[in-house]
Amino acid sequence: MNTPMQSTDTLNPTPQQPEQAQPLVRFAGVTKRYGELTVLDGLDLQIEEGEKVAIIGPSGSGKSTLLRVLMTLEGIDEGVIEVDGEPLTHMPDASGQLVPANARHLRRVRGKVGMVFQSFNLFPHMNALQNVMEAPVQVLGLSKREARERAEELLAMVGLEDKLEHFPAQLSGGQQQRVAIARALAMRPKVMLFDEVTSALDPELCGEVLNVIRRLGEAHNLTMLMVTHQMGFAREFADRVCFFHQGRIHEQGSPDELFNNPREERTREFLSAVNEAH
Amino acid sequence: MNFFDWQFAREILPRLLDASLTTIGIALAGFAIAVVLGLFLAIGRRSRLRWLSWPITGLIEFIRSTPLLIQVYFLFYVFPNYGLNLSAMQAGIIGIALHYACYTAEVYRAGLDAVPRSQWEAVTALNMKPWTAYRDVILPQALRPVLPALGNYLISILKDTPVLSAITVVEIMQRAKNIGSESFRYLEPITMVGLFFLILSLGLAWCVRRLENRMELAR
Amino acid sequence: MIELLPLLLQGAWVTVKVTFFGSLLAIAYALIAALARLSPVAPLRWLAITYIEVFRGSSLLVQLFWLYFVLPMPPFNVEMSAFAVAVVGLGLNIGAYGAEVLRGAIRSVHQGQHEACQALNMTPLTRMRRIILPQALLAAIPPGTNLLIELLKNTSLVSLITLSDLAFRARQLDQATLMTMEIFGLALVIYFVLAQAINFGMRQLERRLARGRMRGGLS
Repeated sequence: MNTPMQSTDTLNPTPQQPEQAQPLVRFAGVTKRYGELTVLDGLDLQIEEGEKVAIIGPSGSGKSTLLRVLMTLEGIDEGVIEVDGEPLTHMPDASGQLVPANARHLRRVRGKVGMVFQSFNLFPHMNALQNVMEAPVQVLGLSKREARERAEELLAMVGLEDKLEHFPAQLSGGQQQRVAIARALAMRPKVMLFDEVTSALDPELCGEVLNVIRRLGEAHNLTMLMVTHQMGFAREFADRVCFFHQGRIHEQGSPDELFNNPREERTREFLSAVNEAH
Repeated sequence: MNFFDWQFAREILPRLLDASLTTIGIALAGFAIAVVLGLFLAIGRRSRLRWLSWPITGLIEFIRSTPLLIQVYFLFYVFPNYGLNLSAMQAGIIGIALHYACYTAEVYRAGLDAVPRSQWEAVTALNMKPWTAYRDVILPQALRPVLPALGNYLISILKDTPVLSAITVVEIMQRAKNIGSESFRYLEPITMVGLFFLILSLGLAWCVRRLENRMELAR
Repeated sequence: MIELLPLLLQGAWVTVKVTFFGSLLAIAYALIAALARLSPVAPLRWLAITYIEVFRGSSLLVQLFWLYFVLPMPPFNVEMSAFAVAVVGLGLNIGAYGAEVLRGAIRSVHQGQHEACQALNMTPLTRMRRIILPQALLAAIPPGTNLLIELLKNTSLVSLITLSDLAFRARQLDQATLMTMEIFGLALVIYFVLAQAINFGMRQLERRLARGRMRGGLS
């Protein structure tokens, strides 16, 4: 259902530079259109290993699309996305030319990326433990025992060691989202994508989810890319904040620079609008 | 041995078409009664008077979970014992009408349930009599959205008319069987009857879909 | 009246057997046809659409007659017992309706479930087998129950191809004893009880499958 559409036009594969440390994720000239609407407009973005990047910006600016194309939930029209030095939506053929990726290549590269959704998307017919075990068993081929150990460990890490047998419908929104985080982590991704993970939650439940993400950032050298409306959290947690506007990164910098000293008019407008709202 | 004898098919076509008129007539008559009777059943089922709503609910459930064939046998073979002689055709039409009235009643019920509560509150506030309220306010709103569902039951009725061959009604299926037993060729007549139903029900389904689309637009 | 019961129950047992095996076949056909209908391979889709439309569009009795009278003749020369025709015919017919029910249920599974599967890198097959189908099957139980009751009711038509089911026995007893009212009344009651048994069984099944996942709705 989500087979990404790929087009071969306007590819600009840049020669790799082995002498330099490679970014873990690289967007180069990525464009994504929905009919007339251009959601990503020649986007360039590089994310280093272990970096925590927050993406902020007005609704409809294409922030979520950025995560969704990286997760291959949607295809791109132009440009290249590389994960861990490998093109995501394309692959080199026998002669080294880039051609649209086949399912196998897509699955291999996609395995390095994990995602947590705004609406949790837990499997309603499985309990918390089964939700976390399912993909490691079915996709990675782990034995039930190994998968169970891994799942119990992760569910303990997100503070749900006493909810293993609970079904999603029996958990609060915050608890469901923590199961979803454990489920994504069980695949041992190199990059974790968080798509407005607290937006569907009641305010009093946001904290428990953000705490889990915070702990995750401290304990592991995991690369994280998050789209968020929680400015406070972005400021405190992220290494870098990107302000996204009209399909591009309009301004980026350290949280301190961006929040206290925005250079761009648009950024200032957005931040003051957000401040007023709170 | 030829597969399908076109010559023979052409010969029997007039006889089949002749019987198809009976089929279509039964379906239309049954449908017309079912559409009216179903509405009364639906309103009766919603009534606050338990002596009315309970038996109707029971009757609808009973008829919906028992076979049309036995119901038709019942009408055709039992009633004459009590002095009510129905011809096969009459018993067949009444049987189909009664059976499908219980289905259309459920369609109407869904339509009536979909009318917002506030409309009922409005007619109460205006002090309308229940009958006036139904006729002028509630039904016009409830009926329009259920028209496609009713259309689908016309298709079902059409496909159920061959059941009446069991009580000697000579509709298209019975005619095909007769042709088969006279000529010992079953392939052509039965296949042709199948095609007759297929074409009619696909055509009607297309009309129902157009009706649905038009009503989507009208909203 | 008591002396009627053993024979009627004998017939009812045949009805139960036809219903049971017919249901198994119908579920299998429905599953295969629904998956083929949603397949990315165009010829598979066309095949599924043809099967679904033909068996929904031409009348069941025509299909039974076709299997019973036409299939044993040249050029097919496939002879089946009346029981086999009943099971296969009802299975094919209700399976076509079931395919549409199942297709609707599969498509009703939330898009987020597909996205979650892709984010977890599942193959399309694993996704369908482990995540989508289990949810779709649960959603298909209520409309599926109605179809199974349709199947039960339609088993009465197999009496017209000489299988001695409940309807057949009723008709036979009627001719022998002339206790028309009692016989057809009893037959209707037996069908009603069987339908309620299906209702009850499916509700139990739904409750068991839904264990834990209903409260708060599906997310």
